[in-house]
Amino acid sequence: MAGRTLYDKLWDSHLVQQRDDGTSLIYIDRQLLHEVTSPQAFEGLRLAGRRPWRLDSNLATPDHNVPTTLKERSVGIGGIEDEVSRIQVQTLDDNCRSFDIEQFSINDERQGIVHVVGPEQGATLPGMTVVCGDSHTATHGAFGALAHGIGTSEVEHVLATQCLIQRKMKNLLIQVDGELGERITAKDIVLAVIARIGTAGGTGYAIEFAGSAIRGLSMEGRMTICNMAIEAGARVGLVGVDQTTIDYVARRPFAPTEEQWEQAVAAWQDLVSDRDAVFDKVVTLDASEIEPQVSWGTSPEMVTGINGQVPDPASISDEPRRRGIERALEYMGLHGGQNIKDIHLDRVFIGSCTNSRIEDLRAAAEVVRGHHVSSSIKQAMVVPGSGLVKRMAEREGLDTIFKQAGFEWREPGCSMCLAMNADKLGAGEHCASTSNRNFEGRQGYGGRTHLVSPAMAAAAAIAGHFVDIREWSFNPERETA
Amino acid sequence: MNKFVRHDGLVAPLNRSNVDTDLIIPKQFLKSIKRTGFGPNLFDELRYLDEGFPGQDASNRPKNPEFVLNQPRYEDASILLTRSNFGCGSSREHAPWALEDFGFRVIIAPSFADIFFNNAFKNGLLLITLSEAQVESLMKQVEATPGYRLDIDLAEQVIHCPDGTTLAFEVDSFRKYCLENGLDDIGLTLQQADAIKQFETTYRQNNPWLFRAPVA
Ligand code: SF4
Repeated sequence: MAGRTLYDKLWDSHLVQQRDDGTSLIYIDRQLLHEVTSPQAFEGLRLAGRRPWRLDSNLATPDHNVPTTLKERSVGIGGIEDEVSRIQVQTLDDNCRSFDIEQFSINDERQGIVHVVGPEQGATLPGMTVVCGDSHTATHGAFGALAHGIGTSEVEHVLATQCLIQRKMKNLLIQVDGELGERITAKDIVLAVIARIGTAGGTGYAIEFAGSAIRGLSMEGRMTICNMAIEAGARVGLVGVDQTTIDYVARRPFAPTEEQWEQAVAAWQDLVSDRDAVFDKVVTLDASEIEPQVSWGTSPEMVTGINGQVPDPASISDEPRRRGIERALEYMGLHGGQNIKDIHLDRVFIGSCTNSRIEDLRAAAEVVRGHHVSSSIKQAMVVPGSGLVKRMAEREGLDTIFKQAGFEWREPGCSMCLAMNADKLGAGEHCASTSNRNFEGRQGYGGRTHLVSPAMAAAAAIAGHFVDIREWSFNPERETA
Repeated sequence: MNKFVRHDGLVAPLNRSNVDTDLIIPKQFLKSIKRTGFGPNLFDELRYLDEGFPGQDASNRPKNPEFVLNQPRYEDASILLTRSNFGCGSSREHAPWALEDFGFRVIIAPSFADIFFNNAFKNGLLLITLSEAQVESLMKQVEATPGYRLDIDLAEQVIHCPDGTTLAFEVDSFRKYCLENGLDDIGLTLQQADAIKQFETTYRQNNPWLFRAPVA
């Protein structure tokens, strides 16, 4: 028998029932809930007179439309000025109370973006199936967990039955070997991957990221990579378990302890693809060739290196592709051949479930230290991914570095990643953003997003335009201490 | 989900093709926290003369007298007769929610968009596909006959028309079973509750660390 991939193993270990029509019933270990996609699911349960199947598998936190200013946040839910947002957050709170589901509510220090909170708490563990009514649930695959986004009906289905009706996906291996250049991050790797395979390249597949460059990443870097698997069309992104995974999970609040820890760690050793496992498709990348990446268009595959240019549609013979690029350039207000470094920027956003963890903030702070945000930048903001990330950053003095440099230091939430709260781009404004989607209007009506790593975003804030982070002049720590 | 066995109801004609889900329920209403209550905003842009927003009392809004569902003779309609490609566009489950909340149980058209088709059955709506010619003929009769009703027998898969004729229709056996028994996906999965429990017991023995409260 041929070996199994990590995805095959996770699938097999959660298979409750295989049906003749090609669907399967899959057991779910963890459901994460937030305020936007859960209200109808709870209402459905209530109308049908059903109870959640297993309370302790659910964990909730509001994130998408919580405000990020201290003024609104200090009052709690009542302080949310936008009425619709307030009702949504209040509803999550009410539902969690009435169904007895654990919630990190708006003023709890553990509150934050679900995909930051789950791993941070150890609520995401290797070998689990993890779901959430949000497409970036792929993030949790970094732990060797089978994790993907679901719709509202499915949220209800999982609440009521602890299972999902699924069809098995195919296996895609993305092998990134070689040594990463200096200052090249997980964000640059994943943008380069998407540029290579396209936004539909992973459709129908579960992607496993492997190779020495992936092994060399921290858990936070691996989460950044898996987070954007969905931008390559794949609902699932995975990294096999190794010592890095186990060290990260150890001693987190939801992680097992003592005897059970030993037992769990032993079981997790098997959470890698077998040597002789067969993948349906394999893509290889040389890590040493990856440059700092910047997106120039309205799809995450519209990306190039920092020293590159916006493509010239006239040079593209493929008709639909050319039209796509023309439309993107029109929306972005850019012209073919323009240098990436010459794009004028208005705002800078450091945050989102892709890049709002402590290592991201450290990387950005290191760039910012001793510098000041360019006078041509209207706003530069840092939004930590959770209350705990925020506290850790403040203990390290990162907030001071950011504030002294002219950045705004905000309360945790999704913020300008999707502009469901007050943090938005104005029409026509260009933003260097560490988030994951550069779709039209994603960060505000008419807003223009450029996806980059935290260090690249920080440097762009200081310079007023994109710069090659490899040529940055870093200030030593003592200067601002 | 309500059981669907036989339904006798008043028919309303929506004489246009390619009705998309945005037209069925505009995007501003997706901010709602409910699955119910979309009825007053079903076909919002067609139904009212002003722009609707969530949370507003729809009863005082200026209605478009031209729109079919605003005509008194169709007030209690529960069967919608329409044209091809109904439900195209975005995948929003709010579209079937709105139709159901308004009071529709059956939609008859020459064709439906895929995702909408699935979503509708999940929410207890019966979608019947008839030929263009059959829909054309029904459309004429409905428009010409105030109080025109159809009697739909799901078990026999026939529509009884007021003139005594019948129209046969096809329905996928799995979906028919769900409708007749009032089962949504969840109801069906719950029929396997024993299998799930059995799986869970073994799974729990093998992975006890996945079934524990966090250490405070
Ligand atoms: S940070 Fe952005 S991408 Fe992530 S969950 Fe929030 S809105 Fe979605």
